[in-house]
Amino acid sequence: MAWNRVAVVGAGLIPFGELFDQGYEQMAAGAFRAAVGSVDHGFDPALVDAAFVATQRGTLWGQEGIGGNTVPTAIGLAGVACTRIENACPSGSDAFRVGCMAVASGVHDVVLVIGVEKMRDKSSEEGLLARAAGGHPVYTRGESAPVLFAPFATRHMHEFGTTREMLAAVAVKNHHNGTLDPYAHFRNEVTVDDVLAAPPVCHPLGLLDCCPQTDGAAAVLLVSADRAQDFTDRPVYVAGFGTATDHPYLHEKADFVGLPATTLAAGRAYEMAGVGPAELDMAEVHDCFTITEILDVEDLGFCDKGKGGVLALEGETAIDGRLPVNPSGGLLAKGHPIGATGVAQLTECWWQLREQAEDRQVALRHGFALQHNVGGRGSGVAVVNVLTTNR
Amino acid sequence: MTATRFDLPVIEEETRPHWEAARDRRLLIRRCRACGVAHFYPRPFCPECWSEEVVWEEATGRATLYTHSTVHRNDLPPFGERVPYVAAVVELEEGPRMMTELVAAEPADVRIGMALEVDYRDLTDEVTVPVFRPVAGSVA
Ligand SMILES: [Zn+2]
Repeated sequence: MAWNRVAVVGAGLIPFGELFDQGYEQMAAGAFRAAVGSVDHGFDPALVDAAFVATQRGTLWGQEGIGGNTVPTAIGLAGVACTRIENACPSGSDAFRVGCMAVASGVHDVVLVIGVEKMRDKSSEEGLLARAAGGHPVYTRGESAPVLFAPFATRHMHEFGTTREMLAAVAVKNHHNGTLDPYAHFRNEVTVDDVLAAPPVCHPLGLLDCCPQTDGAAAVLLVSADRAQDFTDRPVYVAGFGTATDHPYLHEKADFVGLPATTLAAGRAYEMAGVGPAELDMAEVHDCFTITEILDVEDLGFCDKGKGGVLALEGETAIDGRLPVNPSGGLLAKGHPIGATGVAQLTECWWQLREQAEDRQVALRHGFALQHNVGGRGSGVAVVNVLTTNR
Repeated sequence: MTATRFDLPVIEEETRPHWEAARDRRLLIRRCRACGVAHFYPRPFCPECWSEEVVWEEATGRATLYTHSTVHRNDLPPFGERVPYVAAVVELEEGPRMMTELVAAEPADVRIGMALEVDYRDLTDEVTVPVFRPVAGSVA
């Protein structure tokens, strides 16, 4: 039986992109207002008694010391309990997990989970690339994000015969989905040929195998499941969640054909939710690179290990496929404003489960949706959240 | 203004012998006397069994290529000057793997499983890092 102690009664985001004309606080306010405006029966912002803010790299907008007290003033809630959560690429999904525990514990009644990230204000030498490049202080230097994933593609191809066309099929699918998502950074189609002909970044990954750097913000509102009907006739419940860690340095990875943090986190989330991959109607998973989605769908149990490359190629993960993956466009097309990414994925799951996803609506059969992020140094942390309409 | 460089390791008390050996063209790893397992990077206790009976051991420098990626873009100084280069994960004969760079190999000739041997790159007067090169005649 699903956990179902917490309900999501509101969710929203701002259109993602290169938002040079919006500051961090303005983006936060936009996401908060979108979430408040989405609550069916109306929502008094003063009801929020705690907020969890996901921002991964405050340095990217010049705030080394961004803390939990930055956002409340921006959204008109100075005085509210507020804590910043930083847990690498899963920061947003982990803030959600922590927010759920805050509600379920009875300590807080109404919780705001908000993810905000400025990615583009700084040049690459001052920005994500430089900040992410350290690796182990002693032994691994110069690892930009693609260097952390490309060796997995090489090994996956070697062991399972995965091809660059299979990688490209992920980019083609997610860019197509992005054309249907008004919040996506990229809203253009790409072809397999486009992906294969794109400039090489870290072989076998080319430019279109990589997600962009994107500014964005997203927010969700959590209440106790028992109170959900006060806010909406169509609540979405939190069925379960899980998180896990793994070796952060590549030389200590068990193998290069899967991300163990994902497998562990998913196992914990499935157990808590009392469901498995067969009950999912859709999933938003971490496709920072095309190979990452292939690893994800295997590690999450959507197919056997080694078969992930076939799923996108054969349309099984398309919006009208057996198990739609990343109908929002994913990180590849919608973008990856790190702290906001997981919260925006959860918003997409919320829309999908409420049949509000318009042109990218998936067919609902079981009423369960999964959200997943994996990241940090060497994919050393993953978070999985499972939402449901079933109570 | 001196450009920041991102390729220099932070040498700590615990790892100084490894780096001093690298300057002498020797590759030091650590082995646990309690369980017999070798490990890298050097730790003050065994990551397998937590024993503190860990001792330095000179590795043969022989390894095989486990996986790799040819890097075409890296804006971090000084890596940008080196592209394209082959980032590699190698498996030492003693068991542990290392993240390193494969040198003296054409990217098109690089194959998983190829035989490698350690080589060294002097970064500064103080710092030398182990890299790997194909064993002559090993290219498939
Ligand atoms: Zn031991």
